[in-house]
Amino acid sequence: MIITTKDLTKKFGSLTAVNKLNLEIEEGEIFGLLGPNGAGKTTTISMLCTLLKPTSGAAKVNGFDIATQPSKVRSSIGIVFQEPSVDDLLTGRENLEMHALLYKIPREIRKKRIDEVISLVGLEDRADDITRVYSGGMRRRLELARGLMHHPKVLFLDEPTLGLDPQTREHIWSYIKKLSEENETTMVLTTHYMEEADMLCDRIAIMDAGKIVVLDNSANLKKKVGGDIVLLRMEEPNLERIRKLSFVTEAEMKDGTVQIKIKDVSKNLQKLLCKVGEIQSVEVRQVSLNDVFIYYTGKEIRSGEEEGGFWERMAHAEVNR
Amino acid sequence: MGEDGACRGEQMIDWDAIHAVWLREIKVYLREKERVISSFVSPILWLLVFGSGLGASVSLEGVSYQTFIYPGVLVMSLLFTSIFYGIYIIWDRKLDFLKEVLVAPVSRTSIFIGKMLGGCTDVMMQSLILLILGVFMGIPITPLVFVYSLLILLVTSFAMVSLGLVIGSNLKNQEAFNLVINFLIWPLFFFSGALFPVSNLPSWLSALTYVDPVTYGVDALRGVILGAQSQAFPMYVDFSVLIIFSLVMMWLGTISFGNMQQSK
Repeated sequence: MIITTKDLTKKFGSLTAVNKLNLEIEEGEIFGLLGPNGAGKTTTISMLCTLLKPTSGAAKVNGFDIATQPSKVRSSIGIVFQEPSVDDLLTGRENLEMHALLYKIPREIRKKRIDEVISLVGLEDRADDITRVYSGGMRRRLELARGLMHHPKVLFLDEPTLGLDPQTREHIWSYIKKLSEENETTMVLTTHYMEEADMLCDRIAIMDAGKIVVLDNSANLKKKVGGDIVLLRMEEPNLERIRKLSFVTEAEMKDGTVQIKIKDVSKNLQKLLCKVGEIQSVEVRQVSLNDVFIYYTGKEIRSGEEEGGFWERMAHAEVNR
Repeated sequence: MGEDGACRGEQMIDWDAIHAVWLREIKVYLREKERVISSFVSPILWLLVFGSGLGASVSLEGVSYQTFIYPGVLVMSLLFTSIFYGIYIIWDRKLDFLKEVLVAPVSRTSIFIGKMLGGCTDVMMQSLILLILGVFMGIPITPLVFVYSLLILLVTSFAMVSLGLVIGSNLKNQEAFNLVINFLIWPLFFFSGALFPVSNLPSWLSALTYVDPVTYGVDALRGVILGAQSQAFPMYVDFSVLIIFSLVMMWLGTISFGNMQQSK
């Protein structure tokens, strides 16, 4: 286990941001902390990064205690913060040079290492530009490069694509995947985007109100919710009859359509359609992590408007301009 | 202090880290032209407008008023630049610029020293230009006076930049910024005697000037530029106060940086 936490707790006054968290993260995996704003994801990461002292409980990163060996923990980790953290008056390369000095990368390999990570994230052409003129996606890539430059055992990514446009997001995702495969770095990421967790993570912990609600891989999480959903539009549906079918776990009317939760949709769809009678249209929706979240917490994940990060505000500002 | 473990794992004084932080500050300073230029506006206004305006009917201690307040205005611009520099880290904290440094495996003491030296370098570049400007304005600055003045300004900048960093690392939000300006910077400036001689003051005012550390910077500089007769305290008193105050502030600064946490 590269990270373990035991009853890790953080209180801000009367608010308990993280409540007796117990986690075990394996070496080499991409681990996702998924939850709405205010669930305690960033607070958890901040404690694991030694930027915040826990109120109680303990945690170990790479075998080092976060409270008593913070500098050993810091040497073992890299971080991509939620808010932009590259210096916007320095060039991309200068940001990386500063990082190399701070992380004591030996002088002989400094330049080589910098060139390496620059090409890893495809910023060769823009490395000597001041980062103020970078786009949001480019900054993110520079931050990824920086986080990986000292070859950390664990890379923390706090909302790595918050507020980025869809195309850039997919770009960043493919970089994260590539980096994880090539470097065998353990990655811990927080997100409130379902598809992001689904896309990237080997295992996902759903967090709500400072606690982990459920932890598993994406496929199992979906399975627990009870199958995929078939939406039927039809006259006079016979719900009772549908419910009696052995492969149907749930059936109800919603907004004029029949919503049926069904096990193994690829096998049973045909049977279902034979039994229900005449229909006007059919739509099959695979369970998304959003369904999973609602199933376990009873709430929908809101996209974080009240408390969005810098990138999100930037994105709004961009739109409103 | 929470950094107990850190002392074992990393050097307290880490020259690479100090160099990295210092270099960052210098580059940022030189690239923010607006900030550099605007830092000259108020000292020049004070000297030219206030100095000449009041100087038209007033002279003090045998020199023109403009010459009299010159040392005070030098210290004033140092004071403002230093404390603003320190408080600026609230903005660094608001975004995540500072976190990148705070999360690095280097001692907070090194980060503080790097930040402080960076600020002092900014301040000294600015002071250098104001001193050269003084020569052109006819202030009696010989090469020796020039060197002495820089030395005094350097010690004063250690004190004031450290003070600014102590405040900046303990403030929680930008709204407190105005409080600092009104309740700290202006009083430090006014009670320092930058604009008037500190001898023969009413006792309440005199007491306040004595507790203001800036007084000793102004006094030392006045002694060097205007001559010993304008100096209220012996030179060694001025230097001792400034150095002791600097050391206390640096000590508080390293503690404050050690305690600095994230806000969420």
